[in-house]
Amino acid sequence: MIQMQDVYKVFERKGVTNEALKNINLTVNKGDIFGVIGYSGAGKSTLIRLVNYLERPTKGRVLVDGKPLDLFDTKQLRAMKKNIGMIFQHFNLLESKTVFDNVAIPLVLTKTPKTDIQQRVTELLEFVGLGDKAKSFPNELSGGQKQRVGIARALASNPSILLCDEATSALDPQTTRSILQLLKRINEEYNITIMIITHEMSVIQEICNRVAVMEKGEIIEQGTVLEVFGKPKHPTTKNFVRTVIQDSMQSNMKELIQRQSAQQRHQLDANQQIQIYKLEFVGEHASEPIIHTLYRKYVNVQLNILFANMTEIQSTTLGHMVIQLKGNNEDIQEAVAFLEDKGVTIREVKE
Amino acid sequence: MFSTSITLNQFIVAIQETLVMVGVSLLIGSLIGIPLGILLVVTRPGGVLESKLFYSVLNPIINIVRSLPFIILLVAIIPFTRMLVNTSIGTSAAIVPLTIYIAPYIGRLVENSLLEVKEGILEAAESMGATPFQVIRYFLLPEALGSLILTLTTATIGLIGATAMAGVVGGGGVGDLAISFGYQRFDTFVIVVTCIILVIIVQGVQSLGNYLARKARRN
Repeated sequence: MIQMQDVYKVFERKGVTNEALKNINLTVNKGDIFGVIGYSGAGKSTLIRLVNYLERPTKGRVLVDGKPLDLFDTKQLRAMKKNIGMIFQHFNLLESKTVFDNVAIPLVLTKTPKTDIQQRVTELLEFVGLGDKAKSFPNELSGGQKQRVGIARALASNPSILLCDEATSALDPQTTRSILQLLKRINEEYNITIMIITHEMSVIQEICNRVAVMEKGEIIEQGTVLEVFGKPKHPTTKNFVRTVIQDSMQSNMKELIQRQSAQQRHQLDANQQIQIYKLEFVGEHASEPIIHTLYRKYVNVQLNILFANMTEIQSTTLGHMVIQLKGNNEDIQEAVAFLEDKGVTIREVKE
Repeated sequence: MFSTSITLNQFIVAIQETLVMVGVSLLIGSLIGIPLGILLVVTRPGGVLESKLFYSVLNPIINIVRSLPFIILLVAIIPFTRMLVNTSIGTSAAIVPLTIYIAPYIGRLVENSLLEVKEGILEAAESMGATPFQVIRYFLLPEALGSLILTLTTATIGLIGATAMAGVVGGGGVGDLAISFGYQRFDTFVIVVTCIILVIIVQGVQSLGNYLARKARRN
């Protein structure tokens, strides 16, 4: 649906060049809710503006529906833009026009007959839950309501792609959630492909199925949300994931355990030892009674759960656990092998 | 103080002359100035119809005309005025320099008003695939309407001030009355009455402008 091939974007201002995007390659498939996350200045805004050619790439190619945008003339670009809706962080509604007229604008631009406009706008306002606000002005609405108007306006021309530029960044958490639910409905009911840029990991967690992580103009990691959340590789990605998933102990807890195990070590028999492991469960492994089996089967190993957390992403459960095993080296190794066999990712934690 | 050499009728004629000069030059000046302001905004770097050549020619021309004090412009363009209206004296002769004076002024004010329209609105317009004409018609002008009304109010008041100098070319009006009777013939009464009339007119124009602008902003 959307493809970017070796895209570079360089801004030049007063002789100073700034490479906003470097070597961008990404594909957004039809029906995706594709999230792009990064800190401010990472180049996300420039990236999303390439899709409807508000920004043109300095090098490389952007394809929408398989068609390269650089081959389009002005008229074709305008037609293409009608197939792509866009919503903004600050809504960008016309303050001088009513909610109805704001939503009607894209239709007025295409010279749609008045009766059709009336019908379509009414229908859209019902869909976004603002059926009673048609005659209000934007400054009489709350932030969430304004974004709903923005969404209705973006949908007016029946697009197949919706671009969301930090659409929830100016909203409180509760309003954010309701807007995200609305976006999900749009994706499901109208089969509209959605591309979202954000700096909030919770947005990605809530509705995206695929994600790209950006830093300094580059995509440093991309894949399904489950992959990226489950096994973040880049430190920046890990930082983002940590904002929504707690995958390790808090530091005061850590200190306590370190002190305890140091004490215990003095009292250990010669062939006994204490090891700490970090476990990761994905999907059905998270709901199997693995720990129970471990406890029952390996009676010579003393099991102590230090930390556990479950998170749901894309209706798949992601579990994180830190355990302490005490026993003979062989027994511990057997227990670890059992966990690996059950599909649990296990990693020894050195203190 | 109440002994005066002019009649009520002279006052009424003078007010009429002022209104005609302001009205006609405001109308023609707006017809030239508003498109001028729009052109300045759309052809500037980054505008929807960016044109370096056009902008870099238009911009200094406006500055040149704007830098001439009205009293100098008035006499400097007498040949042009004569060519246009076949006379260099009288109310219609005053309207030509008034128009040339006010059109670039309106152009500048309109430019400022339109530049106040938030960048995001234009980005939204562009994302909808609006043509440059549609951007102006459906986004720029409606969003700037309130500010444009205040702009024209300011221009009108500036114009009322300028008409006082129209007496130089026999243009008449209340300003001329004040100079030729009040000042040159020491008729204090005329000066006082003229001032009162001008204050009332300016207050009225400003209040009307404020009212209309408020209405435009909140419909």
